[in-house]
Amino acid sequence: MMGNLLEHMGIEKDRVHFSWISSAEATKFVDVVKEITEKVRALGPNKKLVKDYQE
Amino acid sequence: MDNSTMKIRELAKGLLESGAVEKVIGFAAGTVPMATHPVAVSSVEDVDKLIFTSTCGLNLANYARQLKGKIAVVAKGCDSRNIVTHIVENQVKREDVHIIGVPCSGMVDKLKITAAVEGEVICFEEDGETIKACSATKEETFNKADILRDNCQLCTHRNPVLYDDLAGELVEEQKLDNLFPDVDRIEAMDADEKWAHFQALTENCIRCYACKNACPLCYCPTCFVDESTPQWVGKGQNKTDVDTFHVLRAFHCGGRCTDCGACVEACPMGINVRDFTRKLNKDALELFGWEAGLSTDQRPPLDAYSPEDPDDFIM
Repeated sequence: MMGNLLEHMGIEKDRVHFSWISSAEATKFVDVVKEITEKVRALGPNKKLVKDYQE
Repeated sequence: MDNSTMKIRELAKGLLESGAVEKVIGFAAGTVPMATHPVAVSSVEDVDKLIFTSTCGLNLANYARQLKGKIAVVAKGCDSRNIVTHIVENQVKREDVHIIGVPCSGMVDKLKITAAVEGEVICFEEDGETIKACSATKEETFNKADILRDNCQLCTHRNPVLYDDLAGELVEEQKLDNLFPDVDRIEAMDADEKWAHFQALTENCIRCYACKNACPLCYCPTCFVDESTPQWVGKGQNKTDVDTFHVLRAFHCGGRCTDCGACVEACPMGINVRDFTRKLNKDALELFGWEAGLSTDQRPPLDAYSPEDPDDFIM
């Protein structure tokens, strides 16, 4: 529901990911991180809900 | 005088005289037209302060858990659902609260009326389903159904779900084909349009926290916005902090919100903060078949695990 709410307020679907990985699942961890990195890289830098301390 | 008002006073008098309750929490007339405020009546002489009109938009469940001793609460459909939520969340004991249920035909939207009469409302009269209001320059007569608050137009629980006494006849519940047309409109947008919609929505927020103070669900002794170690969210007008407050305030209501509209009612800037909570209500219904506050013996969906819980968002 948190993911849905963020998506509802305009955060791109591929920006936020949820997973469950045991400490014994090293390969799953690598796979998930790779997948997330690819998806987020495709979206480019996030401009939403980012606080700019220079303002 | 309105029939419900008479009945509420009669019931309150009986309860106070017999000593069944120490206080009766209800609505009292405010000092300007359309204004009402919560009141705790503890003596029989004061029961005439109690009223019930179409302007009683706040949620009295909010006050049910802040008083000691046995109390009675005047409860519309939504208020009663929030009392149920309080019972489920161990905030009040069922035996400590006497619920004076009031079947409700909806509350009026004060901003719609103000807009229609083009200025500050200086007179307001209600006669059944007909409402008259005027400003210094314009007078209007309304059919109550046309000027209901958005949440009341989409309400399917007008009758109290839990009560000890009823102040009025049960009303017919609305049958709606689509419970969430407002959410659907936003869901049809693409990500940037959604973002623009919510940016514009919260643009005028002054961080007064009236929305969370009016909400019966917000009862943490220290709210996350007030914590300093760690400080979860900045306290100023930075737009990201404002948005963070709104999205987290809403999320804390996930699977608990009864869409009573008290947040919108209390907002001095006229922000429809329900745009956030409505999505959660829709998800709660679609993913968990859940509407908050209907039963005292079911745990809320985000409070209980079931193997049937949807998990397709897990990578």
